Amino acid sequence: MTATYLLEIGLEEMPAHVVRPSVMQLLDKTAAFFKEQNLTYDEIKPFATPRRLAIMVTGLADRQPDQVEEAKGPAKRIALDADGHFTKAALGFARGQGVQPEDITFKDFKGEPYVFVEKKTVGQPTAEILPELKKIVMGLTFPTRMKWGTNHFEYIRPIHWIVSLLDDQIIPMQILDVQAGRTTQGHRFLGHEIEIATAQDYEADLAKVFVIADMAKRQAVIEEQIHDLAVKHDWRVDLDPDLLEEVVNLVEYPTAFAGHFDPKYLAVPEPVLITSMKDNQRYFYVRDQAGKLAPNFIGVRNGNHEYLDNVIAGNEKVLVARLDDAKFFFEEDQKLSIHDYVEKLKKVTFHDKIGTMYEKMQRVSVIAAGLGHVFGLSENELSDLNRASHIYKFDIVTGMVGEFPELQGVMGEIYAKIFGENAVVAQAVREHYMPTSAEGDLPASKVGATLAIADKIDTILAFFAVGMIPNGSNDPYALRRQSYGIVRILLANHWHLSLAELQAEIASSLKKNDLTFKIDWQKNPAEVQRFFGDRMRQLFGEKHLRHDFIDAVANSNDLDPTTIDEVASTLNTHREDQDFKPTIEALTRVIRLANKIDSKPDQIKIDPSLFENPSEKALYDAVTELQADFKQQTVEQNYQQMRDLRPIIESYFEENMIMADDEKIRRNRLNQLLILQRLIKVFGDLQELIVK
Amino acid sequence: MVKQLNVQEMILTLQRFWGSKGCLLMEAYDNEKGAGTMSPYTFLRAIGPEPWNAAYVEPSRRPADGRYGENPNRLFQHHQFQVVMKPSPKNIQEYYLDSLRELGIEPLEHDIRFVEDNWENPSMGCAGVGWEVWLDGMEVSQFTYFQQVGGLTVDPVTSEITYGVERLASYIQNVNSVFDLQWGDGVLYGDIFKEPEYEHSKYAFEESDQAMLLNFFNDYEKEALRLIKLGLVHPAYDYVLKCSHTFNLLDARGAVSVTERAGYLSRIRNLAHKIAQAFVGEREKLGFPLLQHAQEQAEKDGEDK
Repeated sequence: MTATYLLEIGLEEMPAHVVRPSVMQLLDKTAAFFKEQNLTYDEIKPFATPRRLAIMVTGLADRQPDQVEEAKGPAKRIALDADGHFTKAALGFARGQGVQPEDITFKDFKGEPYVFVEKKTVGQPTAEILPELKKIVMGLTFPTRMKWGTNHFEYIRPIHWIVSLLDDQIIPMQILDVQAGRTTQGHRFLGHEIEIATAQDYEADLAKVFVIADMAKRQAVIEEQIHDLAVKHDWRVDLDPDLLEEVVNLVEYPTAFAGHFDPKYLAVPEPVLITSMKDNQRYFYVRDQAGKLAPNFIGVRNGNHEYLDNVIAGNEKVLVARLDDAKFFFEEDQKLSIHDYVEKLKKVTFHDKIGTMYEKMQRVSVIAAGLGHVFGLSENELSDLNRASHIYKFDIVTGMVGEFPELQGVMGEIYAKIFGENAVVAQAVREHYMPTSAEGDLPASKVGATLAIADKIDTILAFFAVGMIPNGSNDPYALRRQSYGIVRILLANHWHLSLAELQAEIASSLKKNDLTFKIDWQKNPAEVQRFFGDRMRQLFGEKHLRHDFIDAVANSNDLDPTTIDEVASTLNTHREDQDFKPTIEALTRVIRLANKIDSKPDQIKIDPSLFENPSEKALYDAVTELQADFKQQTVEQNYQQMRDLRPIIESYFEENMIMADDEKIRRNRLNQLLILQRLIKVFGDLQELIVK
Repeated sequence: MVKQLNVQEMILTLQRFWGSKGCLLMEAYDNEKGAGTMSPYTFLRAIGPEPWNAAYVEPSRRPADGRYGENPNRLFQHHQFQVVMKPSPKNIQEYYLDSLRELGIEPLEHDIRFVEDNWENPSMGCAGVGWEVWLDGMEVSQFTYFQQVGGLTVDPVTSEITYGVERLASYIQNVNSVFDLQWGDGVLYGDIFKEPEYEHSKYAFEESDQAMLLNFFNDYEKEALRLIKLGLVHPAYDYVLKCSHTFNLLDARGAVSVTERAGYLSRIRNLAHKIAQAFVGEREKLGFPLLQHAQEQAEKDGEDK
């Protein structure tokens, strides 16, 4: 026998974004509970609206299956006395298992007979197990919780009713003062209270009182209504999935409607219009067939067609008030100049401990100029970069961005053009925020990319300098995302930048330009290095590179993400080569020996007059050549050249005693290894590689 | 819309309605404040175990929102109709919807939604969970279950409903500018408030004396702290309200940098927290009289049955 079970929790309106995850959580936890209870069923179906979370379980077994368990007792020789009677041990065991002595059987276990009994557990009726779902209902987790009235229990919203029906039978459950029953509520205005006779009727019964309980069906209704409106008016509608999901869970009985606004508001920049409609009012914006934004929108009402004109008129009025505001800001903002806004930034704090936005822009200008040269930007690009870096935050003090903070950068580009900046500068103003998420779009222009890197580096170094270093899950200023963004931009542009030396270089150029603002920019260098190293690990982790490769390359000497990336893929390409293992072994041997010395770079000089063997000359020549070519060559070429060094290195080690007695000779040989080691280490710490 | 209530009829209707639900009809509190929540009839009474049901109109001053009387919807001072019920009644949403019906807003003829909006007033150490109520896409009320007031966790919970009087009235009277609202028959909102809007905006944005206001702020804060020490909770709270309004004036004038802003807000929050604690202490000394009244009433009701 199987049955259908319905559980519905009636709530005051939940936040739209909570509805789906919560009902899925209820479903998953119930499924796990049934599994644990050995209860079988065909399917659990979720239903949810802003006011209810429900699941319907079909084909639910009416009881748990009986269980037979075998228990092993003492060995036969202990269980029976000389007369063949059960001993105290055997009788005690049977009693403990709740069976009679005559139920005892003997079976071989590891070659010796033992006492065994069979224990039967009779399965419980499902109706007696279901009340335990209360724990699951009460234990659901939510992003925000609240208490209400006089109780201390916290939930997403106050609970008003619970329906708990196994077919037509009420399964009791009480949460606070709410007793489960068969009474549910229809649509707040169109519907009324109803009683559900039997669980299977749930969806149909609710439909009669204007509640479409199935989220997928509600979505389909909305999509169809919007489609019909679009066809009727010859519009193109972009059904933004996030907005659609939100709208689906803001209504129980949807009716889409079309509204319009005065075309004069189309003078307001499109992103502002879209934000007003989509984000503020939850409307779908529409375009004409040519792709031009139309002075119309589609909204979705929680109700039917009755009095729809009222609803349309009201919504139009609200939107117009917003657009009027936007138009006002758009016009007002144009009365000042970029210079005025930049001046205002002197009063805007970036962070208490770090200083103002204006100071930040000054520093970023210096950093960006330095980077621009490293990245080989053209004269024109450098000049655009210079201009952009002096103004790029100006839009945050405009009225429009004050009203629509999510449009920072976007308005910056629009205003920059209006104020006569060239397109490259304007674009960089917008692009410097990118990427705005871990895998978000990257700046498309070189100037924008350079500015984005400069701005992020300044932010990271500044927070590290004042000791606000992310730890664990605590990264309030999203420094991880920003540093990951830097790495991604560098790779995408094939730009080389040594993150290892960056901090020191920036510190000195800020000092030179008198822009330190009383902050010690040299602080916490080890943490800065590790921080960037970790981002490289993150990147290669995403690329599913082998762990030993990640460990090796992420420890590279100069932390140049682009080189590291090339090294990683070069090593990866060659890892199956016949000569990969001996090559790595030879190079590793060099690293290991060279690690034993510490010389300052300026002390490293090789004196060929101290050579005793031809192999020394051979290595000297080869390394000198490699050193000369290294910077101009691709990573692949460098790898090949190092691979070709292997026989030379091998005979070097065979012929020469590195730790020679003569101190001068010893030092000379070690220095030779050290020079080579420095080149190898650009490839990373090859000792980490696991070679078969 | 069948009957077009003027503003004062609208207020009277709400008062009659909420009075019938057991709310005390209080008057506006005679101190400048940015929201009805800051009236002691909400802020203080939401703290502690005593029941409290009240409704009142609160003129709310927000200097930075002033638009010289030129914007049809933005005001230096607007009016809030505030309802607080503690503990929050189970059917508070139904009450609210009934109050709209009383105003002639029949839900079936509109689109009314409860859209998530968790409310926070960090300067007063207040936070709550709730919604903004949308009437055909327009936010007409804020609906909140307080979770924290003055930095203290509430128990029991107060439900707060704040109607935006001008917004709702604009809807009921179908006007595009608040200045065209009929306050009483024949007298427009603009006749009463347009000039003050202009003058207050002019004052707040251009003419306020920053040095004087800064001194005021410091003095008010000092006085509040002194009065808290003396156990004079209500006078102390008046000075917190003065601090808050003075800060708002300074802020509108652009005299407060973002950095300083956090500092001022935390000073106000500190005062609000101290007062919240002192208020509970004071009520406890009195034996939580409203709690006793409620219990006595409940017993009496029980006997009557």
